[in-house]
Amino acid sequence: MTTIFRGLGALTASNSFDSKKLQLPSPRSFSERKASFLLVRSDGSVNLNLGSNSRARRAEQLITNAVATKADGSAASTASKPGHELLLFEALREGLEEEMDRDPTVCVMGEDVGHYGGSYKVTKGLATKYGDLRVLDTPIAENSFTGMGIGAAMTGLRPVVEGMNMGFLLLAFNQISNNCGMLHYTSGGQFKIPIVIRGPGGVGRQLGAEHSQRLESYFQSIPGIQMVACSTAYNAKGLMKAAIRSENPVILFEHVLLYNLKERIPDEEYICNLEEAEMVRPGEHVTILTYSRMRYHVMQAAKTLVNKGYDPEVIDIRSLKPFDLYTIGNSVKKTHRVLIVEECMRTGGIGASLTAAITENFHDYLDAPIVCLSSQDVPTPYAGTLEEWTVVQPAQIVTAVEQLCQ
Amino acid sequence: MAMRMRNVANHVKSRMGLLSVTNHGASFSSSTHIGKFLAISPPVRDFKNPDANFSKIATCRFESTKADSGRLGSQYSSIDSNQVLDFPGGKVAFTPEMKFLSESLKERIPCYRVLDDNGQLIEDSNFVGVSSEIARKIYSDMVTLQTMDTIFYEAQRQGRISFYVTAIGEEAINIASAAALTIDDLVVPQYREPGVLLWRGFTLQEFADQCFSNRGDSCKGRQMPAHYGSKKHNYFTVASTIASQLPHAVGAAYSLKMDGKDACAVTYFGDGGSSEGDFHAALNFAAVMEAPVIFICRNNGWAISTPISDQFRSDGVVVRGQAYGVRSIRVDGNDALAMYSAVYAARQMAISEHRPILVEALTYRVGHHTTSDDSTKYRSVDEIERWRLARDPVTRFQKWIENNGWWSSEAESELRSSVRKQLLNAIQVAERVEKPPVANIFSDVYDIPPSNLFEQEKWLREAIKRHPQDYPSVFPL
Repeated sequence: MTTIFRGLGALTASNSFDSKKLQLPSPRSFSERKASFLLVRSDGSVNLNLGSNSRARRAEQLITNAVATKADGSAASTASKPGHELLLFEALREGLEEEMDRDPTVCVMGEDVGHYGGSYKVTKGLATKYGDLRVLDTPIAENSFTGMGIGAAMTGLRPVVEGMNMGFLLLAFNQISNNCGMLHYTSGGQFKIPIVIRGPGGVGRQLGAEHSQRLESYFQSIPGIQMVACSTAYNAKGLMKAAIRSENPVILFEHVLLYNLKERIPDEEYICNLEEAEMVRPGEHVTILTYSRMRYHVMQAAKTLVNKGYDPEVIDIRSLKPFDLYTIGNSVKKTHRVLIVEECMRTGGIGASLTAAITENFHDYLDAPIVCLSSQDVPTPYAGTLEEWTVVQPAQIVTAVEQLCQ
Repeated sequence: MAMRMRNVANHVKSRMGLLSVTNHGASFSSSTHIGKFLAISPPVRDFKNPDANFSKIATCRFESTKADSGRLGSQYSSIDSNQVLDFPGGKVAFTPEMKFLSESLKERIPCYRVLDDNGQLIEDSNFVGVSSEIARKIYSDMVTLQTMDTIFYEAQRQGRISFYVTAIGEEAINIASAAALTIDDLVVPQYREPGVLLWRGFTLQEFADQCFSNRGDSCKGRQMPAHYGSKKHNYFTVASTIASQLPHAVGAAYSLKMDGKDACAVTYFGDGGSSEGDFHAALNFAAVMEAPVIFICRNNGWAISTPISDQFRSDGVVVRGQAYGVRSIRVDGNDALAMYSAVYAARQMAISEHRPILVEALTYRVGHHTTSDDSTKYRSVDEIERWRLARDPVTRFQKWIENNGWWSSEAESELRSSVRKQLLNAIQVAERVEKPPVANIFSDVYDIPPSNLFEQEKWLREAIKRHPQDYPSVFPL
């Protein structure tokens, strides 16, 4: 199963990121492996050319709303199956429930995940359906229930550990770094840790500094783990399912403010590739790389930019570790300008690593230095106005693109 | 429910059956009677029935506390209801007298031991009997462990391996506890329990290979010496972090419970490890989750240079069990027979009653913390020597099996010279085996290597090719 989603790595072994070669074959060959999966995009259109290269995929103009409150592209959706509408947290639950139905070793553990249903209701109803043992309420000790999840994973279960807020997982750093990421390696491959660690993070609405952490920047160095960030109901469900099925430990970053996004998602089963970025809006002038909530700020800015005559290409990188340098690289080679918009802090954030990766691999294709818009290096203040200005706003994105494209 | 109890009873009987059969010429010592702990316990709660849970959510979740308060309630049945208060967590009697619980009991919790310092069985002791074969295997594995530690320690001093951790003085804890378990029980060690692996069949060559980090190493050259791990022996790979394995054991027990297996998780840690946050949460979790896990604390008096008095002020580790609702016992860790009996009983209780058990084994760390430590810097040589010679768990057990006629001095010298020869040979072989290839640096980080690791490996190989003189020649590419 994992070989499907590792196509990227397997094929680039022979190619490497030799930026001289433009014609790289598509590493994602879904059609050869699992014909039963349809790649259904979030606007309802169906992608039939699964094995083709990215140019064919970009031929579909995907325009999503800045804040997806209703299903877009009604013309396109009549051409495909209707699907069903739900909120992002419900999509997460649906994905989790489907995997728990499919595989009896999948279990959930965390604080208040059982009968309370989780602080953001992602696990609502699961304890009633699967019992107290499979949806486990733990005492308050993040390091320890993460450790417990690791021990259970080494013994054959597939736990989904929920941090009530991502920030609390800082307490679990020892287990995540020293054990979760390492034990498959140090045991000589004897023990595997197919654990999923997930939870809400990011800057919310006046949650205070401690509850507004962006943990992806702290965790990105840990060898042995994978990190993904969901941003739509569609990719939330797809990434949840993929993360559970992965043999590696995966950290799934959700955002506190995105849980109530409504979207129409397909009825049939689907999975999103853990290592793949999502092309949100193809364009020609500038590549804007973003993830999680900032995707919506970027799309809002994109509307303004389009009105001003710019044609930005927006990519939701989704995979924070490892980066999908294939999609990103092809975009850079086309537009030659990169803007990174993230919610992480400036120092040591995802944007910093991404800047380094792009510069190393695609330096020759850049016409301008990479611009990275991030939050400032400050704890998130409580006051609403102050908090709003620690996060990158659409106006700043527009200005940055204008400056970049001069 | 009843079916399960019957199975447990049969299991217990079959184990006891083995012990009650006298095996040509072998005999048991006089007072071989089994104590009260083998009584069948209350039925296991059924967590796999969600309908039951749905209809009585609150009652299901608090079933265990209800059961407890039930027992408590019966105490209060004769008391006026005005004297009992109803708070979350159950009924409590109240008292108008302001009385603080003392920080310590009047007397320390007594220590369970069965053999005295001379290996003589103590009067009126109750313990789990062992057959002569098991006793001989326990003894010879203790000798093997002791010899292995001595020789590998010397090898480190000679510069043949870089690092080693001895378990000198704790042989009884290692081997006797392992003997009381079955191969299905999952062992989650700290780092001073190679004896458990030895009991389960890890060969001397495999030990040596891991210490030399050669191609035969099951860890593929990735872990420090003495950080063994073997899935086929149900022994989790050692991680250097202290006490981080305790929650792992609870998770493993949770997994066994979900699968309904007739096995438990067993985890070891030291007196120092009991100060870590993970210890407290793990005990608490295990109690709340009613997980079948045995926590074995090797209280050996020292955490590197920190003596017990600087580690905690409670009466050792055993008293902490009750604070979390965990049944506990204090055992003489240098008494192999007592260790065996206690762990055997703990295992029965853990599995049949679905509960955690805490076993505090009192012992002494005769060796240094590791080869990077010189303990004479913080403790007296006299103290070390006294424990090494007069309180050696190996000689103590030897006296007992000799008194039973199961051992002789010829067998002794034969065993010791044979083990020594095997170990020296294992070291020589291990030294000559090729080291792991460069590819092992990059494999198993993930199930399938991602692109960045491919690049990094390529870069490294190119660097080695370009400047071979800068890289060790012993490492194959």
